[in-house]
Amino acid sequence: MVVEKLFKDEATEEKGERARMASFVGAMAIADLVKTTLGPKGMDKILQSTGRGHSVTVTNDGATILKSLHIDNPAAKVLIDISKVQDDEVGDGTTSVVVLAGELLREAEKLVGSKIHPMTIISGYRMAADCARRALLDRVKDNKDDAEKFRSDLMRIAMTTLSSKILSQDKEHFAKLAVDAVMRLKGSTNLESIQIIKKAGGSLKDSFLDEGFILDKKIGLGQPKRIENANILVANTAMDTDKVKIYGARVRVDSMAKVAQIEGAEKEKMREKVQKIIGHGINCFVNRQLIYNFPEELFADAGILAIEHADFNGIERLALVTGGEIASTFDNPESVKLGHCKLIEEIMIDEDKLIHFSGVEMGQACTIVLRGASFHVLDEAERSLHDALCVLSQTVNDSRVLLGGGWPEMVMAKAVDELARKTPGKKSHAIEAFSRALIAIPTTIADNAGLDSAELVAQLRAEHHKEDSNAGIDVITGSVGDMSELGISEAFKVKQAVLLSATEASEMILRVDEIITCAPRRREDRM
Amino acid sequence: MALAFDEYGRPFIILREQESKSRLRGLDAQKANIAAGVAVSRILRTSLGPKGMDKMLQSPDGDITITNDGATILEQMDVDNQIGKLMVELSRSQDYEIGDGTTGVVVMAGALLEQAEKLLERGIHPIRVAEGFEISSRIAVDHLEQIAHKFDFSATNIEPLVQTCMTTLSSKIVNRCKRSLAEIAVKGVMAVADLERKDVNLDLIKVEGKVGGKLEDTELIHGIIVDKDMSHPQMPKQILDAKIAILTCPFEPPKPKTKHKVDIDTVEKFQTLRKQEQKYFDDMVQKCKDVGATLVICQWGFDDEANHLLMNRNLPAVRWVGGVELELIAIATGGRIVPRFQELTPEKLGKAGLVREKAFGTTKDRMLYIEHCANSKAVTIFIRGGNKMMIEETKRSIHDALCVARNLIHNNSIVYGGGAAEISCSIAVEAAADKYPGVEQYAIRAFADALDSVPMALAENSGLQPIETLSAVKAQQIKDNNHCCGIDCNDTGTNDMREENVFETLIGKQQQILLATQVVKMILKIDDVISPSDY
Repeated sequence: MVVEKLFKDEATEEKGERARMASFVGAMAIADLVKTTLGPKGMDKILQSTGRGHSVTVTNDGATILKSLHIDNPAAKVLIDISKVQDDEVGDGTTSVVVLAGELLREAEKLVGSKIHPMTIISGYRMAADCARRALLDRVKDNKDDAEKFRSDLMRIAMTTLSSKILSQDKEHFAKLAVDAVMRLKGSTNLESIQIIKKAGGSLKDSFLDEGFILDKKIGLGQPKRIENANILVANTAMDTDKVKIYGARVRVDSMAKVAQIEGAEKEKMREKVQKIIGHGINCFVNRQLIYNFPEELFADAGILAIEHADFNGIERLALVTGGEIASTFDNPESVKLGHCKLIEEIMIDEDKLIHFSGVEMGQACTIVLRGASFHVLDEAERSLHDALCVLSQTVNDSRVLLGGGWPEMVMAKAVDELARKTPGKKSHAIEAFSRALIAIPTTIADNAGLDSAELVAQLRAEHHKEDSNAGIDVITGSVGDMSELGISEAFKVKQAVLLSATEASEMILRVDEIITCAPRRREDRM
Repeated sequence: MALAFDEYGRPFIILREQESKSRLRGLDAQKANIAAGVAVSRILRTSLGPKGMDKMLQSPDGDITITNDGATILEQMDVDNQIGKLMVELSRSQDYEIGDGTTGVVVMAGALLEQAEKLLERGIHPIRVAEGFEISSRIAVDHLEQIAHKFDFSATNIEPLVQTCMTTLSSKIVNRCKRSLAEIAVKGVMAVADLERKDVNLDLIKVEGKVGGKLEDTELIHGIIVDKDMSHPQMPKQILDAKIAILTCPFEPPKPKTKHKVDIDTVEKFQTLRKQEQKYFDDMVQKCKDVGATLVICQWGFDDEANHLLMNRNLPAVRWVGGVELELIAIATGGRIVPRFQELTPEKLGKAGLVREKAFGTTKDRMLYIEHCANSKAVTIFIRGGNKMMIEETKRSIHDALCVARNLIHNNSIVYGGGAAEISCSIAVEAAADKYPGVEQYAIRAFADALDSVPMALAENSGLQPIETLSAVKAQQIKDNNHCCGIDCNDTGTNDMREENVFETLIGKQQQILLATQVVKMILKIDDVISPSDY
């Protein structure tokens, strides 16, 4: 007897082979979509938003592309999710992780087609992933103790990361910027303290790292434009109308004269507050909230530089660099820590005026000013730089380094292949498939560069058959080259995350044998 | 149309059979119901056992859940059929009662329904079938009692508990590190368990997840994790020997519940009010400071001014902490939740050895760890994993493992898993059947067959020949009189579950059989389905 209706209207159910097909196809479609962006010669995508204005983004950052897609396929969503996590955790390798997961599923599809149970494939993949990770661990280099070498490692990693982005023309310049910025962090992974300011105009080459701090704000009218040996009070307080916070308070008067009196009292209150602030012995006052004209005038009279409406991040960073604390009450001037810096001045970048704090006490924070021809270029440059910074800051904590250019994949593939030969049973097919999926990454890199991938990968494999080979794909000359000589490096942490999350995701998709889609929630029609 | 006549012989209508109202009666109703129940259980059947597959569920809002936890699948499945909903309820009640075996119970009920259909076709009255099932379920439960093993564990010897939890976890996606997760779950339960009273309050175990890292990084923390950070960015990130004031009142001027107005009509009043306001803030912070608190955890937010005052007085604070978390913190640190500043006393402060803020990944995610608490009876299991779905699934798996561990502390009897218990019951029920005269005999035999379907599904999912394997195991059980023989799902070469260390809790199994029988009885008793018309 057929069950008439088990699910609600429009809910659909896909079972067995069909379900698996749907997820394989979805996942592979996503992987193929971002595949062409992989590697130094990868191409960019244009994303047009459906929102107002149809704003356009040009990027080759995997996570950014995937984030902007509207996908209905559940398996594809899993891949998008891993790419997002990769972005949050290590910042780079967002494309690689999706491509690898896609390749793993492509291989799995073939295996399922030849009647191997998904569970067998999963256990094979697990063994292979474990073996691959160990193979990488055997070959990592760690130059933590040697500061000089470590720095050059960082430089190489930054250049490798940047070489696949829009900044590749000036990668040395930007790699230096990124390394300098990260080295200042001294091991912290908090990228908040690196500020990136984008200013259209000039060329990418004009971008620079500033040791101090740049605040994209204007100095109040009639106030000094340049202060030496500044004492800075960083505050978060209302400087517009200081409301009485007691609940239910309201003004009730019976004559105009009283209104004037109370207004006077309010002004007096503000004047007192300003006096207190001035009493801290400062010559610069930065507030998160607005400063109205009246207090601004008072500050100007006292010769104090007052900056209003610095956003929350700006305040936090400024507090961090100048060593002051964020104050909201001003009754105990002796216990409030003030920030110091050598020089505050207004600087001009093209037509925009910015406030520049230099000679700050704590050198942790810094500002990178990006210049570029258009906003699209700047946005993409920021994303690229962000990737590089993320990778570098992670590498500072985990200083293990690998070579790049498809080298790690080949090392892993070799180890996994050996494991496949030793493993009895059906699992060995899955393990072999894993190594094929790994090799797909250098293949894609070569393909994207317009090289003969079959020839190159074969050469590469032969090269790797020798012990301790450093061979990888040299995209510039289009041949197999020594990666350590070419100075192409990648962070171990990134590669490990790519490997593990791709395996995990493909495992998850493989385990599924049924997809139940609920009816989409109806939008209420208000018409 | 149902007609009746009143005392004067005038007809009136009891039930109007509108065109649109659909109605099923008699055997048709039963068959339709059975078909629906079986359809639901068939969906879950492939998820049973260590080699069971997962289901991917897409919610109305497009979120994806990947799971093989029966209760979760059914809950999110959007079932519309009434009988289907009964099955969903069934799985949910197993989840509430026991926490594990939610798939098994539905598969069992489905098998019973399938058997019942055959009996109905032979013309046996549904009530007789139901009674037969009832008798057999009692036999099976008694038999389980007999074959159950008591096993010993203590606070120091938790190995048996870990083994049982591993059985539960092995069917989930997390089976890659089942050993470590099982240990975490058992240690967590042992930490909060009251071994004297054999009671475990699972509310004391908080399961938190954070995307990123790998599954192996999952850890058990003897303390609490709060997904919050210090209210002021420059407060210390680490506090040793913290004395914690747990407040549910905001750092704001008081708001009387009754409606009131404060009228300002002169300058003096304006100024006194201002002074008053400042004093409020000052007093509040001072009170916290006076009782010796070194950390303030507040359920509400506080004003910028209060924030700075706290910072200024070197009193770190956390704001917007949720009610449940606040309670947990209070339990863990041995503090009291204080609703008013006036009532703060040194005795009401909680104590913790270490409070620290930890940052994750490249984003600005920070969490607050409260560790080495005065009262160690509150733990947190902190899950890491590659993506959101993984974390959610791990949470569900850990929940199952926790429930199993708790059940074992309640009642330390176990039966053997891998279908061994079901096969053994099936043999016992089959043997008992012959003793019953009358029609029930058939129903009892059918029950025995239904019991076989769980090991059968296990074998099927593991890629074994179901009928061959099952008959071999059954024969072995009868021949050796060994009720530990089960299905060798993991292809290890032995089917003695004692060697394999595959255990399940006795109460879990008993509950499965009882619940499944109950629901099937209920479904069988329905002979009329009236569904209102669709609008």
